[in-house]
Amino acid sequence: MTLTALAALVPLLPFLGAAAGLLLGRSAPGFVRPLAVLPTAASFVLAAVVAARQGTGAPTDAAHRLATTGSVPVDLALHLDGFSVLIAVLVGLVATCVQVYSLAYLRDDPRYPSYAGLVSLFTAAMLLVVYTGDLMVLLVGWEVMGICSYFLVGHYWETETARAASIKAFLVTKLGDVPFLIGVFALGADAGTFRINGILAAAADGRLHHPTVVALLLLAGVAGKSAQFPLHTWLPDAMAGPTPVSALIHAATMVAAGIYLVARLLPVFTASAAALAVLAAMAAVTMIGSGLAALAQDDIKRVLAYSTIGQLGYMAGALAVGDRRAAVFHLLSHGAFKALLFLGAGVVIHAAGTNSLTAMSRMGGLGRRIPDALWTMGLSLASLAALPPLSGFFSKESVLRAAEHASAGDTAHVPSAVGWTVLVAALVTAVLTGAYATRLFLLAFRGSGPEVPDHGRQPLAMTTVLWVLALPTVAFGGLTYRELPHWFGGPSGDGLGPVLTTSVLGTGLAAVGVLVAYAAWQGTAAIRGANPIGAVVAEPADAEPALVEAEAIDTHAEVYGDVASAEDLGDPGRLLLGPLHRSAAHGFHLDAVYGVLFVRPVLAAASLVRFLDRDVVETYVKGAGGTPKLLGAAVRKAQTGNVQTYLGALLAGAVVLAVIVAVGA
Amino acid sequence: MHLAYPAVLAALLFCVGVYGVLARRNAILVLMSVELMLNAVNLNLVAFDVWLRDTLHAGQALTLFTITIAAAEIGLGLAIVLLVYRNRGSSDIDRLTALADPAGPRGDGTGRPGAGEDPDGPGTTAGDEKAEATA
Amino acid sequence: MNPGTVLAAAAHHPGFLSPTGVEITFVLVGLATLGAALLTVTTKQLVHAALWLVVALGGLAVEYLLLTAEFIAWVQVLIYVGSVVVLLLFGLMLTKAPIGRSPDADSGNRWVAVGVAGAAAVTLVWVVVDAFRSTWINLHGAVQGTSHATGTSLFRHWVLPFEALSVLLLAALVGAIVLSRRTDGGKETE
Repeated sequence: MTLTALAALVPLLPFLGAAAGLLLGRSAPGFVRPLAVLPTAASFVLAAVVAARQGTGAPTDAAHRLATTGSVPVDLALHLDGFSVLIAVLVGLVATCVQVYSLAYLRDDPRYPSYAGLVSLFTAAMLLVVYTGDLMVLLVGWEVMGICSYFLVGHYWETETARAASIKAFLVTKLGDVPFLIGVFALGADAGTFRINGILAAAADGRLHHPTVVALLLLAGVAGKSAQFPLHTWLPDAMAGPTPVSALIHAATMVAAGIYLVARLLPVFTASAAALAVLAAMAAVTMIGSGLAALAQDDIKRVLAYSTIGQLGYMAGALAVGDRRAAVFHLLSHGAFKALLFLGAGVVIHAAGTNSLTAMSRMGGLGRRIPDALWTMGLSLASLAALPPLSGFFSKESVLRAAEHASAGDTAHVPSAVGWTVLVAALVTAVLTGAYATRLFLLAFRGSGPEVPDHGRQPLAMTTVLWVLALPTVAFGGLTYRELPHWFGGPSGDGLGPVLTTSVLGTGLAAVGVLVAYAAWQGTAAIRGANPIGAVVAEPADAEPALVEAEAIDTHAEVYGDVASAEDLGDPGRLLLGPLHRSAAHGFHLDAVYGVLFVRPVLAAASLVRFLDRDVVETYVKGAGGTPKLLGAAVRKAQTGNVQTYLGALLAGAVVLAVIVAVGA
Repeated sequence: MHLAYPAVLAALLFCVGVYGVLARRNAILVLMSVELMLNAVNLNLVAFDVWLRDTLHAGQALTLFTITIAAAEIGLGLAIVLLVYRNRGSSDIDRLTALADPAGPRGDGTGRPGAGEDPDGPGTTAGDEKAEATA
Repeated sequence: MNPGTVLAAAAHHPGFLSPTGVEITFVLVGLATLGAALLTVTTKQLVHAALWLVVALGGLAVEYLLLTAEFIAWVQVLIYVGSVVVLLLFGLMLTKAPIGRSPDADSGNRWVAVGVAGAAAVTLVWVVVDAFRSTWINLHGAVQGTSHATGTSLFRHWVLPFEALSVLLLAALVGAIVLSRRTDGGKETE
């Protein structure tokens, strides 16, 4: 089979699986689980084969024109290069792991068929985005992902939290998608084609007329999809969805789509220094803000969500300094360890019966109950904090290195101020990342207090997946950093490996963060012992893990007074952040700001429109209706129903006519 | 004989019938007035037939037909009046106002046993207000 | 109406100031008829109205006789006086019409009725007199309305309408029966 056909099969298989699963879900429940797992797994294998066959060779392009679409053609185009094949492997891996994990996690869920179908559909859309060589086709996958995300975040639609979160996720990403669509059209109009190769060629020739405008429009979509400031607010709320969905969509793949798109279209962005500066500022604010916010969250999944935002900020920063290889490198390693973190968090929530770190810190022996989660999450948190020699260290190192390179003014097209911005923000974030990763680990696994109730042994499907994902978390970076530059093409002179300055700086700062958080944890131990707080979901031992999670999320606000935070004086994050803690816990009140800036004006405008409609327009309508009504009332008075009156009038009329005729004659 | 005599008599009889139809309250009296009008026409027909000396005797034949039709009409009319009287308890024409356009929408105009009730009763104004509210 | 012919015709006939015996009789009977008719539509006693109607219809029968339409006159007596008035009386009884004076025999639009009827009367009489003031009916010669003549023309020239009328009568008969049947009897057939 040709490489092209294999690559076409990769997105097609999960799509067919999704279609079959959604159609057969009700009538043949026995087929749902194979239909969910097997196509995704097959597509993972095929993606690996494609990656192996594509290798470090020249990019493969294939296109099929389905129909003529006027002046700007749209092709079903395939573009395989190092970036796309590797990301496809990552997507396949994470999707397969998530499907296997969901078998156990959602084993009793009545909506499992639609859930699995949507996950498969989502996987297909993401693979389409990755493989396609045409912006229009990419847009199709992009939007399908958006709608799948909406449905999956709202999986527990019985709960208010999930409904609100799904609508918010949809609206906020759509807010970015509208400028993105306009940007795509502008790009296509300028370049005369939607093929990415053609657009890149046009960018290289300087044929793009408004590179800054186009780049900024595209950035809006990227900020929405990849949860960058100021459109990141949907991602923490999206944690109301089931954990596997968070792992797949909101950590490893969909949020990476924006980064991937910028990486593919990087020449368009480097054509405009302003766009790069905006991207860098966006990345810097996102990184530092999300680091602070992550330190204050109480919900374990929200910590991870903010860390995702921060890591995506790293990638955006790498793109801002013009190094897409570093960005994609970090995307790959981050995808692996963040998926692991989320899936591990699912196990933790199931075992602890709560999603609150406060509650977990008051219970002992959680680590002993779930040793698999303890070890794998420990590894991946270390990877997140970029401790050597884990994958996160190498990929983050490549980002730091690229930023440092740019700050020295050595990168073409990139102002050194951009480099400095990214570098400083990345280093500050390294401290924060170290701190919140440590806080998460210590609070979750090193709590002291009454023994955790036994929820039974964790299902094999879940723990196996954790160890499978632990492999790339540990080894991917170290094994591949020498090879990847060949895959990614471009000037091979620059490696992706660590250099001394940034390694020492980055690792040192991360270690500082870890130590500070540990010290704070030790310092607040007495307070934690003195203030027992927390509540767990009481479910039978064999309850479905997803049910525990859904109830935990739903009751969090009820128990602790807020979805995001808890009034825990023994939280090391509270000690570290000091007065910032409160606002950090609420994402720096960005939602409230949006409420004031957008929601309330819109509501006010809506009530104005309602007033205009009800009281102004309606008045005219009533006035217009009043006159005929009066006339009608007058006519109605004549309709007495008395036949003699009618007949009298009739005959009187006849007499009058007769007189007229007689006189006239 | 002058044709004017029967013609004027017919005209006056007809107008007396008209008055009766318009002024009488009892339906049977109205029917009597209708008979007067028909007879006025019959008188005209006979008079003009005699004046014209019609070889077909059209006037007299039509008079016979009119008498026949009048008999049929009076039978049917009385049956209707009886039916109305049986249903409404009254044969007064000016109280049979079910055809009136009521001031407000009522459930249904048909089959209302007290159709002759006061058309401006309190129920109508309430219905009027309801119509305002829904409009 | 051409005024010239009217004037020419008027020259051949006697005026109104020299009435014949027939004319005097006709006018007298006509006045009685008119009076009876007026009483019919104005009396407060419903049964009296029916009786005055008998007088008016009978007067009309006399008028027919004076116009030499003897067959019509007898038919008038038979049908109207004999059966229609009887029917009306039955109707009055069946609808429990009050015996004696009923003050509300006239409805509210009595004055409208007076106006309309008066205007119609004035107009009609004016037009009729204007048109026929000099037209003369020659009552001498072959009698126009003998039973023989009427029967001949009826069964020679008018036989088809005659038969159609019989169907009409039948329909009216059936209709009257259906209409006046009691409703509970109707329920049984449903």
